[in-house]
Amino acid sequence: MKRNIKEQRRRLATTKNPFEVKRRDFFKLLGGGVVVYMSTHNPSELMALPLAQRREVPKDYNAFLTIKEDGEVICHVGKIEMGQGPITSLPQQVADELDVPIESITMVMGDTGICSYDAGTWGSLTTREYSHYLRDACAEARAVLIEMASEYLDISNENLKIKDGVVFDSSNPDKKVSYGWLTKGERLERYMDEKPSVKDHTQFNYVGQSMLHADARLKVTGEAVYTADVKMPGQVYAKVLRPPSHLVQLISVDYSEAEKIEGIQVVRDGDLVAVLHELPEVAERALATVKAEYTADEKQVDDKSVFEYLLNAPAKSREVESLGNLEEGENQAELIIESEFHDGYKAHAPIEPHAALAQWNGDKVIVWGSCQSPFGAQDQIARELEMELENVRIITPFLGGGFGGKIYHPQVIEAVRIARIAQKPVMVTYTREEEFYMDFFRNATVVKIKSGVTKEGKIVLWDFHQYHAGPRGSDTIYNVPHAKITQYSNQSGSPVHPLPVGAWRAPHANSNTFARESHVDIMAAKIGVDPVQFRLDNLSDQKMIHVVEALRDKFDYTPAQGPSGRGIGMALGTDAGTWVAVMIEVKVDNKTGEVQPIRAVVSQDMGMCVNPQGTIIQAEGCVTMGMGYALSEDIEFKGGDVISRNFDTYQLPLFSWVPEVIDTVILDRQDQPPQGAGEPAIICMGGAIANAIFDACGARVYQMPMTPKRVLEGIKKVGK
Amino acid sequence: MDKLIQFNLNGKETEITIDPTLTLMWVLRDQFGLTGTKYGCGIGVCGACTILLDNEAIRSCMLQVSDVANRKIVTIEGLSSNGELHPVQKAFMEKDALQCGYCTPGMIMNATGLLLSNPEPTREEIIYGMEDNLCRCGAHIRIIEAIQAAGLEMKKAK
Repeated sequence: MKRNIKEQRRRLATTKNPFEVKRRDFFKLLGGGVVVYMSTHNPSELMALPLAQRREVPKDYNAFLTIKEDGEVICHVGKIEMGQGPITSLPQQVADELDVPIESITMVMGDTGICSYDAGTWGSLTTREYSHYLRDACAEARAVLIEMASEYLDISNENLKIKDGVVFDSSNPDKKVSYGWLTKGERLERYMDEKPSVKDHTQFNYVGQSMLHADARLKVTGEAVYTADVKMPGQVYAKVLRPPSHLVQLISVDYSEAEKIEGIQVVRDGDLVAVLHELPEVAERALATVKAEYTADEKQVDDKSVFEYLLNAPAKSREVESLGNLEEGENQAELIIESEFHDGYKAHAPIEPHAALAQWNGDKVIVWGSCQSPFGAQDQIARELEMELENVRIITPFLGGGFGGKIYHPQVIEAVRIARIAQKPVMVTYTREEEFYMDFFRNATVVKIKSGVTKEGKIVLWDFHQYHAGPRGSDTIYNVPHAKITQYSNQSGSPVHPLPVGAWRAPHANSNTFARESHVDIMAAKIGVDPVQFRLDNLSDQKMIHVVEALRDKFDYTPAQGPSGRGIGMALGTDAGTWVAVMIEVKVDNKTGEVQPIRAVVSQDMGMCVNPQGTIIQAEGCVTMGMGYALSEDIEFKGGDVISRNFDTYQLPLFSWVPEVIDTVILDRQDQPPQGAGEPAIICMGGAIANAIFDACGARVYQMPMTPKRVLEGIKKVGK
Repeated sequence: MDKLIQFNLNGKETEITIDPTLTLMWVLRDQFGLTGTKYGCGIGVCGACTILLDNEAIRSCMLQVSDVANRKIVTIEGLSSNGELHPVQKAFMEKDALQCGYCTPGMIMNATGLLLSNPEPTREEIIYGMEDNLCRCGAHIRIIEAIQAAGLEMKKAK
């Protein structure tokens, strides 16, 4: 597929005077054209973001769509590309709604200077939420263009057709006019009184078709620009002094040795101390000579004691869901089962560490930054440095992975503060050690569940307690008459977690789904029913039943009571509007406790699917990434000190772990609104693997990651 | 003390006068603008900075620039010739074997080195050869397929 992304990226990276771009100049920059404003909002299901990140957007159409005279369609979106494919899936929708060839579309993404506002790329919202606004905008632009073509050609609307951006007389195709000719570099102020509706799924050419990543060529040639690849004349690297713990204060600092090194500049802004040099390694060597004294870290908690710590931490309880009467459920139950699940801190660990390049010009600053939320970064800079928003421009090149970790962008603030004092362009690129230390980890958490089941295998009691993570993914899902979900969190304002915590791909849903789906399996095994059938027997949600049936059929699953010795496990859940289930087969080495995934199937009802291939790739990615949190990833820490600081101690999934086959079933729901695809499947991985381990060897592992040591401990208990 | 270091870089004889103890990866990125070679971990465990040194895949974060004196280096930018992509690059595109793309140059360089030393690797040999290259997005299953396809393509071209 031929695309103009290369040129566009180059333009972004090398805009001659990026400070010049203001809204009114923007039209000049693009040579005019149809401009459709588009609005989007940020619904409540997102994590608790600072108010500034929920900037009000105009109610008017508030995204930019420009059709140039030569027919090039420039689509400006605040979304960013971190590998999940909006650079491919958004043009599919634009092409269909506008009736233009997909090759004519150029995506410009994540530049606060010229893109429409968006709170951030997260929550699997790009398709399920944002694209509605984009499609509405395109539909209106198309209607405006037809109206103009009708006047120009003097043919009524009903007799006009559109193909590839050309409007023509349906009875005489020679009578035609192109979008580009109609716009002629003019901005059109015309709007439709009655907003046209978007197309339905039967009218799509591109939506629903599998398309290869549009940015693949740039990425296989090394031409794709990431933040650390941008270079400005006179630029220096800044290496920032880091404390040994998140829970200590700087008392004193001595950087006199560093200042003796040729070419070194030291910048201090309060507690922010940075060593600058044009060569990153020289800056790093100089940083090593800086002596600093800190207060003591007296927090008595580590990765082993954290679960007890969380259970005893000050907390208020909040009822998330309540149905029936727990006492009554307990009375009806034949069998009561209680279990407690643990999950440690996880890092986002994108292969690209956080990076930012800040360049000041008078009272204006421009920042290239690896941010999932460029507008959020703009807000934060304006707030913290007391600047006008329009004096801050964030440009987001390609991101080398985000997974929620680049919602937080301390490196951007650091680069801006340092560059303001240094009076030269400053690049902050985190080392891998900093990337781990500065992460906003996935919460460590405890889940306690008490459930009751009847002789007939009906769940009648469900009492779920979630400690110090969040409720996402904790919904009961099963048809239980007496159920309650309770969430415990500290509401006094002081953080419970010794480390910074934040959103990690499907926040909290991974831990909660692990707990629920493990516990459901425990019940099925206790009453001697096949775990897949047990789930179906207790589901009334038709969507979920269809998803599980499709999963079972694709896997060619034959029922058996667990543990069957086959090593097959499943888990299900809902996330980002998608109903999802995963089944996985593993081998467990009874001597070492090692778990080898063999085969996985993902089944999902995600409504309309824009790019089936993109969806399948996301499902494969979820399965693969999910093996990490399930089997090996764990942050070792002591108080506020992060001990795991590189990939030699924080183990990501490797090639040898990956199942030879990962199949994905996407239920045909093209007539339904689209839902999320980036996160859902990953939530099932902990539960599916835990249940597969149990099915293989009878060992029940209650703590993630399910390391060989923990699996072995489980195996030893089986014999007893 | 700066030193003159000569080597062949992407097919061209090159020289630079520089502190010879500097890390090759940073020199490639900062002095030659070859930013396709990525920093990932700095300790040789992720593979994002993999290049070819005398046709062998090697981690450029573990080399000093003086280590490559009078030797031949190929980075991702030098893999294609006259705009024609290398079979491994093509296969990565065709199999959609990438997501964020940040580990991709290192993956491609490591795979190229693998195929140069073993033109017909089995699936197991590919896994073994790629084991120490990390991908966070989870493109592994497609990367394996891409390397298999590229191997076949390179064999055909011979």
